[in-house]
Amino acid sequence: MLLKVENLQAQIDEKQILKGLNIEVNPGEVHAIMGPNGSGKSTFASVLAGREDYEVTEGSVEFDGEDLLEMDPEERARKGLFLAFQYPVEIPGVSNKLFMQTAVNAVREEKGLPALDMFDFDEYAREKIELLDMRADLLERSVNVGFSGGEKKRNDIFQMALLEPKLCILDETDSGLDIDALRVVANGVNALRSEERSFIVVTHYQRLLDYIKPDHVHVLYNGKIIKSGGFELANELEQNGYDDIIQQYQGE
Amino acid sequence: MSETQVTTQETQYQEINDLLSKSKHYKEGFVTTTAVETFEKGINEAVVRAISAKKNEPEWMLEFRLKAFNHWKNMEEPHWAKAEYTPLDYQDYSYYSAPECGSCAGSCETDQEQVIDPEVAKAFAALGVPIDDSDANVAVDAIFDSISVSTTKREELAKLGIIFCSFSEAVQDYPELVQKYIGTVVPYHDNYFAALNSAVASDGTFVYVPEGVRCPIDLSTYFRINEAKTGQFERTILIAEKGSYVSYLEGCSAPVRDTYQLHAAVVEVIVHEDAEVKYSTVQNWYPGDEDCEGGILNFVTKRGICEGKNSKLSWTQAETGSAITWKYPSCVLKGDNSIGEFYSVALTNRRQQADTGTKMIHLGRNTRSTIISKGLSAGKSDNTYRGLVKIAPTAEGARNFTQCDSMLIGDQCGAHTFPYIEVENATAQVEHEATTSRIGEDQLFYCQQRGISEQDAISMIVNGFCKEVFSELPLEFAQEAEELLAISLEGSVG
Ligand SMILES: Nc1ncnc2c1ncn2[C@@H]1O[C@H](COP(=O)(O)OP(=O)(O)OP(=O)(O)O)[C@@H](O)[C@H]1O
Ligand SMILES: [Mg+2]
Repeated sequence: MLLKVENLQAQIDEKQILKGLNIEVNPGEVHAIMGPNGSGKSTFASVLAGREDYEVTEGSVEFDGEDLLEMDPEERARKGLFLAFQYPVEIPGVSNKLFMQTAVNAVREEKGLPALDMFDFDEYAREKIELLDMRADLLERSVNVGFSGGEKKRNDIFQMALLEPKLCILDETDSGLDIDALRVVANGVNALRSEERSFIVVTHYQRLLDYIKPDHVHVLYNGKIIKSGGFELANELEQNGYDDIIQQYQGE
Repeated sequence: MSETQVTTQETQYQEINDLLSKSKHYKEGFVTTTAVETFEKGINEAVVRAISAKKNEPEWMLEFRLKAFNHWKNMEEPHWAKAEYTPLDYQDYSYYSAPECGSCAGSCETDQEQVIDPEVAKAFAALGVPIDDSDANVAVDAIFDSISVSTTKREELAKLGIIFCSFSEAVQDYPELVQKYIGTVVPYHDNYFAALNSAVASDGTFVYVPEGVRCPIDLSTYFRINEAKTGQFERTILIAEKGSYVSYLEGCSAPVRDTYQLHAAVVEVIVHEDAEVKYSTVQNWYPGDEDCEGGILNFVTKRGICEGKNSKLSWTQAETGSAITWKYPSCVLKGDNSIGEFYSVALTNRRQQADTGTKMIHLGRNTRSTIISKGLSAGKSDNTYRGLVKIAPTAEGARNFTQCDSMLIGDQCGAHTFPYIEVENATAQVEHEATTSRIGEDQLFYCQQRGISEQDAISMIVNGFCKEVFSELPLEFAQEAEELLAISLEGSVG
């Protein structure tokens, strides 16, 4: 198993957000997490990535056989956990190229691989740009500075392709994308899918899921997963909303 | 979709600030113990006369000092809003201090190397300053408290007609040159600290590059304040004759002390027709403790005049030290087509205050100036850019481009920009751009999530920000400046 989350409880500023979350992800699987605004989806992603603002009060997370909660954020990243942010951050003055070269080499060091110099990295990056059908000038610009909302998300997918992580968490990467950009992101995910690589895709819309066909769909509500199912669950949600499921859950 | 912000104002930077407040390592903070001759504390006419006598100065130099002193007595210490300090007690400082066996500068005519106090030599060795002739690419003037202890590569330079010696020696050996230029760019009455410097000037560097000579190596001065409660008042004069070129560098440091130390230097640069001077500074004076108590008060007047046609003067500075820095390296662009440049990185951390910038005074036709200023503030510090661009009525076709960028690290520091622009000629073009950005936890977390450590993330962001200025520094200095930034920001990460 790649990821095993058991009874995860977390709070921020003494407000309990995650209230006993369980999920298991096997290598190669694609999981979708859906749920109403404020239910804790981004919180869950942030806790997995190691954001320090959140305090884990209960539960455990095992990642690739190790205790994830013990690791620094950069250690998690180097061991193959990747988060595409709901709101990617701008870093003025730092070129995407230098940024990603530094990141790729940090991950390579962890894997015991030699660092890529500028030329090697350039070549490697061009391959990925082609794979994802992205614009080549992406590398020369400062990280996310002046990027449109859609470009920022695409840039995150590009970074994901470069880092070749084991677990990719996409937090609403499809929000705010036009049809073409959505296809680019979906194609990116599909291109990176493999036997070893797993995905957790947080989304509000079936559109993206239609492209990537998740193996499992979960509904997160009030800090817990209240229902899990196959791809058909996404369909059901798109049609009926969350009300029925929530009522059913509260009735139990 | 609701855009739920997951952070509150108070928590967002708390951690960064906690870490920032940790003591930074000031590795140059050691003290040298050696026999020294230090004047009694206090300043009065007798002290001024005694300094002059000590240095065996000619009458005109003493007169210059006394005029300045009498003027200074009636001036008021400047205090302006953005750099606060309690008024200094000028009677509580000593105005002359020198290692004993070097204190005879000028009077005991022995071989240079032999008179260097071994403890002083050790201090410079520890600072990585080559006071013997070992470094092929640079000539060094090493100044310890009030006097110059060693100037290297003089013979080599002398063959080209280049004079590179301490200010005191220049007064003895080249009195006509010193007398001709001293006070012409920065008059003794220019400002409070310039007047004080003119009265009690300790030592400094004198550089003269004759007509048509390109100085083949960098000339550099390293300033070291060692004695407690001693002021350093160096006076530097640099003259580039017609068609000459020189690159001059200065670096500085001081031991860790618990009371403010005063550093009030004056630098005058004269650039003649077709000549070019590059003047670079890496300033790393001791910034003081947590609250910047005991740090250096760095009140400096640096000014150059582009006297002749097509002359060029560039100031490049990396300012990371001092409790308070007050410094505006300026260019008076008098010659037609002359060029003035100012490239600056100023970093403040903890409670440091920097008020720095430049003045570009355009007098000649088609004169051009460029100002690139990068201010970095961290901790509880304040960083101010203050610059004047003045285009006189005579400056037909003058142009200026100014770019002031500020970066804030954390949320308890301040960045301020005060550009003053006075244009008195309608043909002038003046452009000003300014930006402010902030390194926040969000950015650092983004980097960490990509596998980059916080330390690397900060230095990547900071160096990216300073790139344009560092590329103007001579290579070795650029590296030193990058390292200094990293050390100065060390407290800012875990
Ligand atoms: N610093 C904080 N203090 C108090 N409550 C917070 C804080 N940060 C987040 N929350 C709350 O945590 C809850 C979960 O937020 P989260 O961002 O995880 O939701 P989400 O499921 O990602 O929502 P969306 O679909 O809108 O992106 C929200 O109710 C939010 O208001
Ligand atoms: Mg969210």
